Amino acid sequence: MTGLVKGKKVDWGGFFLYLFLTLFGLLMLAPLVYMVSTAFKPISELFLFPPRFFVMNPTFLNFRDLLLITGTTSVPFSRFIFNSLLISSCIVGFGIIVSAMAAYPLAKHNMPFRSAIFNMVVLAIMFSPLVVQIPQYLLISKIGLINTYWAMILPYLAAPVGMFLMTQFLRQIPDALLEAARIDGASEWKVFWVVVIPMLKPAIATFALFSFISAWNDPYPAMVYTTDQDMKSLPLAIQTLSGGYGVVARVGTLAAASLLMIVPTIIVFIVTQRLVLQTMAHSGLKE
Amino acid sequence: MITKTDPAAATAIPAERLRNPSKLSLLWQEVKRHKVSYLFLAPFLILFTLFTIVPVVTSVVLSFTYYNILEAPKFIGLSNYRLLFVDDDIFLKAIGITLKFAFITGPVGYAMAFILAWLISQIPQKYRFFYTLCYYTPSITSATAMSVVWLYLFAGDRKGLLNYFAAKLGIIDEPYLFLQNINSIVPVIIIVSLWMSMGVGFLAFLAGLQNVPKDLYEAGEIDGIKYRWQQLIYITVPSVKPQLLFGAVLQVVSSLTVFDVSVQLVGLPSPLYAGHTILTHLFDYAFIKFEMGYAAAIAVVLFVMMIGLNRLIFKWLGKD
Repeated sequence: MTGLVKGKKVDWGGFFLYLFLTLFGLLMLAPLVYMVSTAFKPISELFLFPPRFFVMNPTFLNFRDLLLITGTTSVPFSRFIFNSLLISSCIVGFGIIVSAMAAYPLAKHNMPFRSAIFNMVVLAIMFSPLVVQIPQYLLISKIGLINTYWAMILPYLAAPVGMFLMTQFLRQIPDALLEAARIDGASEWKVFWVVVIPMLKPAIATFALFSFISAWNDPYPAMVYTTDQDMKSLPLAIQTLSGGYGVVARVGTLAAASLLMIVPTIIVFIVTQRLVLQTMAHSGLKE
Repeated sequence: MITKTDPAAATAIPAERLRNPSKLSLLWQEVKRHKVSYLFLAPFLILFTLFTIVPVVTSVVLSFTYYNILEAPKFIGLSNYRLLFVDDDIFLKAIGITLKFAFITGPVGYAMAFILAWLISQIPQKYRFFYTLCYYTPSITSATAMSVVWLYLFAGDRKGLLNYFAAKLGIIDEPYLFLQNINSIVPVIIIVSLWMSMGVGFLAFLAGLQNVPKDLYEAGEIDGIKYRWQQLIYITVPSVKPQLLFGAVLQVVSSLTVFDVSVQLVGLPSPLYAGHTILTHLFDYAFIKFEMGYAAAIAVVLFVMMIGLNRLIFKWLGKD
């Protein structure tokens, strides 16, 4: 687009554009900055009046407390972190394989029912999986998976949005490469692993970002599918830590736990962002 | 790596037409010939069927029954729906709150995401990442984790940040109970949701806007387009229409499924049910009262609302 300065004249439009973007950006970041600041506040600063936005004497005490306190039961906090990491990585890892395998024939093969299956996936994007949680719960409890990791992984593997993005991305990859591999005598399975997967990299990164965020942040699965304390996930543990809604107790430890929860999602986004924007260019929907 | 394509070409579905649909045996042979394709699809389709298709059907069936998990479901016809729409005042209230919420956060969040994405696409590439991070990060934070900030910001005593500043500026004399006062509960939920609304749709817009072919703008200049807003209306918006539709669909789903933020900030049930949404009602009946049949009817209503609204949006935005 046009640069900031057109000819010799100062571009006031450009100046206000940056001013607005920066001010609004800082406003959006303010709650996060406040959380970081609170996480490092010593007790003496937590309950100051008048309240202070920034921390004066940062300390790691809150993080130490977090790892030492065990809540109402004897489950250490690190167990929740482990649970969340395990569940999220399984959903991301298996999800990528399941979705990539399905996206390949949907984008590149010409079998019967192809568009029917694809339309079904698009239809599934149009409603939230939350509306089918009752039958999902009944199914999980009937096959005896309550209080297992599988209960928190299996229902989330076939993710329509991620699968849709993969298929759309794969469509615009030229067939020539696939054909070349087939002429060399490669089986479809081999074509998939050797040609398709490397080319799908941007879409895989995108899938990883979205499915990691939703798996990591979702308190639902643990709330519904577990009764054991040591099967709880991080978001649920944080809820317990806060002592129920509306209670502002243990603010420092809570902020430390919340920070621990948010940092991984930001890191995953920073790592994947370039590839994600490549993929999202193909996210368009059409009648 | 290929980064640019015509969005139209990327989304066009080469319609699979069966040459002679009446001949089942021919179809069967086609299916058998593509055995490998179906094997690839199998894991996804099995999981998708088991955890999405079957549950949708089951929900509809369950919604006509009385089912409390302990006893077998008992068919009761339309009673659940009659109860929902005639006798359940709290549900009617929840529908009102959900719609009020959706009709504000839906359009406003959507417009905000598009305008910010457009503004970001106006600045040079190297600065874009910083701003993208500013606006996108709130949407990937968990509602649970952020509650520590909101509870403090909106706290009802004079230590609450908002109350403190308002008192200092002399706007109020007494602390205002943002999270307990039934007049302020919905606005607070809306503000927090808007803060988190620059999500997947925002990224789709951003990516779509970066990939509008440059020569379109040059052609526009030749045709007499002088201002940026003209570019926006005549060139940019039509070029990113598929992304706009994708973003709209996601926005409808997310604005109708407000749950986390409400439960975190005002609890379940909220004071006088002022923050009660369709989804909190569903959760209440399904996992607290264990009236699965009734809860399934709520789920069906929500399902129909989402699909219906999205069909409408497809009609508006989907045609070329």
